[in-house]
Amino acid sequence: MAGIVGVAVSVPRYRLPREVIASEWGATAAGGEKAVANHDEDSLTLAVNAALGLGVDGPPADAVYFATTTSPWAEKQAAATIAAVLDLPPAARTLDFTGTLRAGTSAMLAGLDAIAGGSASRVLVAAGDCRIAEPDSPAEQSFGDAGAALLLGCEAGLAEVVATHSVADEFVGTWRTQGQEFPRAFPGAFETKFGYGRVIAEAVKGVLAKVRIEPRELATVVLPAPTPRAPQAVAKAAGLDPKRQLQESFWTTLGDTGAVQPLLMLAAALERAKAGDLILVVGYGDGADAVVVRATGAAIPAGHGVARQIEVKRTLPSYGRYARFRKLVRKETVATESSSPVILWRDRKQLLPLYGGRCARCGTVQFPKHRVCVECADANGLEEVRLARRGRLFTFTNDYLTESPDPPVTHAVVELDGGGRLYVQLTDCEPERVAIDMPLELTFRKIHEHGGFNNYFWKARPQ
Amino acid sequence: MNIRDRVAVVGVGCSKFGEHYDRSLEDLVVDAAFEAYRDARIESSRIEAAWVGTLESGYSGTALADPLKLYDIPITRVENYCASGMDAFRNACMAVAAGMYECVLVLGFEKLRDSGRRGLGTFGTHPVVGYGTTAPSLFAMAANRYFKTYGVTKDALAKVAVKNHHNGTMSPKAHFQMEVSEEQVLAAPLICSPLGLFDCCPTTDGAAAAIVCRTDVARSIRPDPILVKGLGLAVTSGEPYLKPGFAYTGFPATRRAAESAYEQAGVTPKDLDLAEVHDCFTITEILNYEDLGLCAPGEGWRYVAEGRASIGGEVPVNPSGGLKSFGHPIGATGVRMIYEVCQQLWHKAGARQVKDAEIGLAHNLGGPGAVGCVTVLANA
Repeated sequence: MAGIVGVAVSVPRYRLPREVIASEWGATAAGGEKAVANHDEDSLTLAVNAALGLGVDGPPADAVYFATTTSPWAEKQAAATIAAVLDLPPAARTLDFTGTLRAGTSAMLAGLDAIAGGSASRVLVAAGDCRIAEPDSPAEQSFGDAGAALLLGCEAGLAEVVATHSVADEFVGTWRTQGQEFPRAFPGAFETKFGYGRVIAEAVKGVLAKVRIEPRELATVVLPAPTPRAPQAVAKAAGLDPKRQLQESFWTTLGDTGAVQPLLMLAAALERAKAGDLILVVGYGDGADAVVVRATGAAIPAGHGVARQIEVKRTLPSYGRYARFRKLVRKETVATESSSPVILWRDRKQLLPLYGGRCARCGTVQFPKHRVCVECADANGLEEVRLARRGRLFTFTNDYLTESPDPPVTHAVVELDGGGRLYVQLTDCEPERVAIDMPLELTFRKIHEHGGFNNYFWKARPQ
Repeated sequence: MNIRDRVAVVGVGCSKFGEHYDRSLEDLVVDAAFEAYRDARIESSRIEAAWVGTLESGYSGTALADPLKLYDIPITRVENYCASGMDAFRNACMAVAAGMYECVLVLGFEKLRDSGRRGLGTFGTHPVVGYGTTAPSLFAMAANRYFKTYGVTKDALAKVAVKNHHNGTMSPKAHFQMEVSEEQVLAAPLICSPLGLFDCCPTTDGAAAAIVCRTDVARSIRPDPILVKGLGLAVTSGEPYLKPGFAYTGFPATRRAAESAYEQAGVTPKDLDLAEVHDCFTITEILNYEDLGLCAPGEGWRYVAEGRASIGGEVPVNPSGGLKSFGHPIGATGVRMIYEVCQQLWHKAGARQVKDAEIGLAHNLGGPGAVGCVTVLANA
């Protein structure tokens, strides 16, 4: 038996009201707002931060599957970075699932297959998506950014997997070629009717038939929602009651979060599920995936829950700031700086899973892990120690001199719980509300792209 | 070994400090060096060795040899962050005291305006750890911690800017001759909270020089050489932000360097007639008062507020205008401080002259408070 043993989501704190987009282009606002990744977030960091919400510091996963349509790398694996941050053993299998909006559910199916096949007993599915919509297009109001993570295992945990089904379907409805920057959709209702509607209905029918479950027996149904209305018709066609059974898509509050959306909605469904509730999850794109799970009713730690992450937010002040974050506007005078893959590789244990050192003689926890103790100069070697992900602000400054898409840059000295000081930037914060002693949590971020590649490290943000 | 009375300064020079878009590094170096030669009434042929202090405006001894055509003698470049100039002076003094040379040149310079950068830009050598750090950010973090620890607010800092700008108006070679009011300082745009524009020293071009001799030789050159009484240098962590337990309310490097210099000189802070200190930012000057022992920890903000650091006060601090008003061409600053203390001890400081000055201190600070350098000078 395979099941979902953990679930967590990572919603960026920034929101862009659709009204701001609409008024920029003289269009009609679709209502609500969308989640926008901060300038230092991408699909990889969203996936990592969701995975950290699982408390994966505990049982190691045997495999990490990263799901996205917007990997920060065209060539180079992101799952390997996630595995490194989580400090998984080298034997962990890593793979990126991409190229389709059902990458999230497909990664989940592949994880379940690995568990069924015995090659893994714990699979982490970490999804992140930051789809960049063409400016002044309906998609721009629709697309939102988010991350979600599922931990799959050999036991029921939160939910037992009852049945799975997949449909492959060649369909040019939504696409992005190598040369295109923005996803495109064929205009009109062609895809809604002949892609989305037809294929989802087929997948739902297929999975329910496998286990002889009637549509009305489902407590909650997760259908992808490219628009808030899209799932209604297909639900009705499949014999479902949209009012009672459809899971809220968060389109109004977060937007269409792409490959993450079905997993995000599944997380929300699991959070309020009672023992025995049947939940159907569907992913759509070049076919469809369908999974039926039976909830155990086990409680999910609330910290990384969907509701709280939707609630904790910060509104982007302008379209310009959004455009700068997503590089829709370009600065030419930015200083070209270099980076060193050599240094990043050498320091990987300190930079990714964030190890420091503890002096065997004086006990001082320190970062980085020095050769000679920073406190007592003992040279007998420091013991490797994984630093806490929480701490308090010791001192800081809001720096208006450092170049940033979101000035000021807040530099912070963080006193970590359990020892060690970290010098990092604060992010997702209101600079004027930053105060010494405020509780902080660490968050994994993209620091810059110097050297022509993505450079990742940690930042801190208010808890 | 104690440096006291072994070596003396016989001549000093200083270029006009400022925004010298129309002048080259060569111009500044030649101005400073030849003024020092004239001041000492010596020819350049008398120079047996030289030390040059610069952070990044030149490399190797050739940075000095070429503009001055000072060839075929030992020249050493010294780099120790913003304390490069005074450490060059210190090394020159030690070589003379060791008996290697009788007469040497020390020159510090920096040409910051040729790059178009604001301040020193960001620095750090690691691709991601400490990324984006700027010079003001390092001291701003000390300011916020100092405020929290002692219940002080931003207006305490403004008083340093007002005082040093006032002194600068009497300092013809200073970058600025411009009074500022407390209101102006407090209303200035933020650079790194809580530091505003007027809490920061400017981005300046300049050079300064000093000629150091063995004391007996110095007396043969001029009747009133300035004796070197004490030289202290201490280096602590260049990453104080990562050091567990670092209080961020002062700089141990300054304390250690000052203790050492006072001990060699046989003086206490009470004996000083003036001090030129490293006020790269207003908060730094307040911390310096405390670290140099002019007042107790936590009292620095009062020291300036009560006028004790003003000309005519207890120990006038930065009568030159300090880095704040005179400017801070990095490698030049430490030597420029020696220049100012000598002017004061020779009673040639004009309108900013500290009455009856006999003993003066100069303090240069490098990096994030990591390199402390202190020199005590006195009349012979």
